[in-house]
Amino acid sequence: MKSFFLALLKSRAGLFGFVLVLVFVLAALLAPYLGLPVPTRSNLVARMAAPTWTGLFSPGAHPLGTDELGRDILSRIVHGSRVTLTIATAAVVLGGIVGTLLGIVAGYYRGMVDRVLMRIVDIQLALPLMLLALLVIAALGPSTTNLVVVLALTSWLRYARIIRGQVLALREREFVLSAHAIGAGTWRIMIKHLLPNVLTPALVVATLELARIIIMDAALSFLGLGVQPPNPSWGRMLADGRVYISTAWWIVTFPGVAILLTVLSVNLLGDWLRDYFDPKLRTMR
Amino acid sequence: MAPLLEVRNLTVAFDTPSGTVHAVNDVSYILEEGETLGIVGESGSGKSVHALSMVGLIATPPGRIVSGQVIFNGRDLLTLSQRELFDLRGKEIGFVFQDPMTSLNPVLTIERQIAEPLRRHFGMSKSQARAQVIELLELVGIPDAARRARQYPHEFSGGMRQRVMIAIGISCNPKLLIADEATTALDVTVQAQILDLVRELKRKIGTTVIWITHDMGVVAGLADTVQVMYGGRIMERGPVRSVFHDPRSAYTWGLLKSLPHGGRRGINRLYQIPGNPPDLTKEPVGDPFAPRNPFATERCKLETPPLVDAADSTPGHRVAAWYDLRAELARMEAQA
Repeated sequence: MKSFFLALLKSRAGLFGFVLVLVFVLAALLAPYLGLPVPTRSNLVARMAAPTWTGLFSPGAHPLGTDELGRDILSRIVHGSRVTLTIATAAVVLGGIVGTLLGIVAGYYRGMVDRVLMRIVDIQLALPLMLLALLVIAALGPSTTNLVVVLALTSWLRYARIIRGQVLALREREFVLSAHAIGAGTWRIMIKHLLPNVLTPALVVATLELARIIIMDAALSFLGLGVQPPNPSWGRMLADGRVYISTAWWIVTFPGVAILLTVLSVNLLGDWLRDYFDPKLRTMR
Repeated sequence: MAPLLEVRNLTVAFDTPSGTVHAVNDVSYILEEGETLGIVGESGSGKSVHALSMVGLIATPPGRIVSGQVIFNGRDLLTLSQRELFDLRGKEIGFVFQDPMTSLNPVLTIERQIAEPLRRHFGMSKSQARAQVIELLELVGIPDAARRARQYPHEFSGGMRQRVMIAIGISCNPKLLIADEATTALDVTVQAQILDLVRELKRKIGTTVIWITHDMGVVAGLADTVQVMYGGRIMERGPVRSVFHDPRSAYTWGLLKSLPHGGRRGINRLYQIPGNPPDLTKEPVGDPFAPRNPFATERCKLETPPLVDAADSTPGHRVAAWYDLRAELARMEAQA
């Protein structure tokens, strides 16, 4: 643990990503205790109040202004992050586990198993993932569980493809033969020998996916199929605020910045984690 | 006492798009407990394949064991189930593979990799295994074992990795250790160190060893018995001294002649065996070496010679040849 932070301190990008992710996660966890206004309470007197620091019309103290119903934007962003981060993380973990395992199975067994799995991936990739998500949500209704499942469903195939390719190459390596030679069975080889070898690429995919899923979740919310009002969500705030962009730019800007920063920090942290977990790079530190 | 390993008429083929490859043809031999057998032969002679197929390590398909028996410690390995083979490999038969660079899993620590067979076969806990791992590392001559055990393969040099491979191979005290080209990828000095290590380990723990290599020098220094393979067949086998000093197969003779000898009389041109390695997709008929053998007779091309005791030689020296190499060499000498 100590060496983890020491290593982190040496990488500026990694540290930046880590701190930002930490801030977002803490803000999400502690949202009810931060003394922010209730995110769903409207105040028609203070409609579209500008951020306090702009010096424009700003009744009450709203650091990031209020929206068209006079709700505090900072509070809505912080509370919105709880839902967004929970859904995105759950979907990434679920999709990652399913996709990685199926990828290992396909790459290791090859033959029929591989062909069937990869054709499913091909078929699914041929459909626009957004369309697929819309279809499922429209049919099943927009609940948090459904959102997680749908987002994981659009995500597993990216892991499966990449991991399969890695495993196809790995299974021909001599250490797989040596593992056989010490009496390791198929599952032991897949879980104990191949899985640790593909964790790094899986982690890289996961960071890219987390970013993509946050955006997709926002897009679903934007279309009204994500988190339902009055609960705040970043995508929804973008959707509702975009009509006021010429008169009250802050309504649409700050949720957008929140999405941007989250995605950026996750990517930076992921990049750094990949290097950190690569044993080849480890001794150089 | 029954021998440790008896191979009877082992025949292995691979079904490939360009035809059936007859990799191992009718190989039979006996290995006594405590013996060190050196198997030499060029690439594609079936030396590795026959060893891997004994314990079910060749991919099937395309590989196929056509016939034969492999009696190890009273059991026919070829009739064992997958499960029984899993339990046997690493525990009773240990392996050391050619390339120490790729035979270790790059993302697992050395400790985990040496501990794996111990935990798998003896159900040891992590801490029990750790003590054993450190002991094994010390046994194979790795200094500062406790610290080194926590490192990854890339932090080890080639020779060190091969020592680790040997530690894995002997971790469960196997009755038989099969080393497949275990020193080929190392430079000569490291190779000598590894051979010393193997000799020392043999003295300490008395494992029976099959050493597969294409290096005649390694066999001469290590093995009790040498077995020369070509085209999936045993051409000649016997005590190392006898085979090296008095070869009876034209192939062994050619191999020995193509080795450089410390030049006493200035520069000697090395002998070169004419022709190309055999096409194993052809139906194996006759002596596989016949097309490249200057002494081959008509019979060599048509009939496969059986492996029989060589005339007036050491007991156990057997050869598969229709021609009489000694007579042919004597005639050549007389002509020159």
